Amino acid sequence: MQLIACPWCGPREETEFSYGGQAHVAYPEHPASLTDEQWAHFVFFRDNPKGPFAERWVHAAGCRRWFTAVRDTRTHQFIGPSELTS
Amino acid sequence: MADRMADRTLTPVHPLADRWARLAAVEDGTAGALRLELEAPVAAVDLRVDPRGTGPDAVAAAVGGPLPSAPDTWTAHPTGIAVRLGPDEWLLTSTTADPEEWEFHVDETAAAHGGMAVDVSAQRTSVRVLGAAARDLLAFGCALDLRPAAFPRGRCAQTLLGQAAVLLVAHAVDDLQIVVRSSFAGYVADWLVDAAADSRS
Repeated sequence: MQLIACPWCGPREETEFSYGGQAHVAYPEHPASLTDEQWAHFVFFRDNPKGPFAERWVHAAGCRRWFTAVRDTRTHQFIGPSELTS
Repeated sequence: MADRMADRTLTPVHPLADRWARLAAVEDGTAGALRLELEAPVAAVDLRVDPRGTGPDAVAAAVGGPLPSAPDTWTAHPTGIAVRLGPDEWLLTSTTADPEEWEFHVDETAAAHGGMAVDVSAQRTSVRVLGAAARDLLAFGCALDLRPAAFPRGRCAQTLLGQAAVLLVAHAVDDLQIVVRSSFAGYVADWLVDAAADSRS
């Protein structure tokens, strides 16, 4: 089983974590002014790169903190340190 | 009947009280290599306060002992333990304080430094795993390195034991405490008894 490095707890088994999708998806500044199509893009459309991908993870069975990590989608390997974010 | 109705005192019951006999039987079954004990309910608060501010030191002064600073560690204070649960989160227990008083005592100090403390006494319950085979037993269902060198006294960890999220607290080489949500306690107790039976064979 793959180990994921929690920025607080250190390396733990991946079953302790939950996935939170693509990172750095900014909430629209003026949500009310968006068209339905623009809103749908914000809610549903995500990048699907082949290679490094910045993602949100939560250490659900541990410290319960969310963090951002970069994972290579071809190899499932995590690249570099992950960072705690509020 | 009238007397019974007049007596409205509520006495705390351990969530695993009905499994006490099964847990106690493990000691005989393993020839003393393993002992499972229920811990009496304690007062517990969940403390949230900015670790970079003055809050942790103020709370430490209020409870009479230092708060743990490193991740996954715990410290003892005169009436209980302080466990670091996260960057800005601690669990503080007291075996002597009344839960409401304990919450008030810690929250009063934390609030003055922008933090807060909430009574979580009923949230978790505790089982003590004692004996030479204690770490081997937990290793059946826990992925962490539980060898004494990697998980010595003073360490703790929130992790999975079987399917249940637990807080493991290392007290000694042959003395580990499992702190678990009350609703998962039955599962964990049954898992421990089952794993103890497996470890014999």
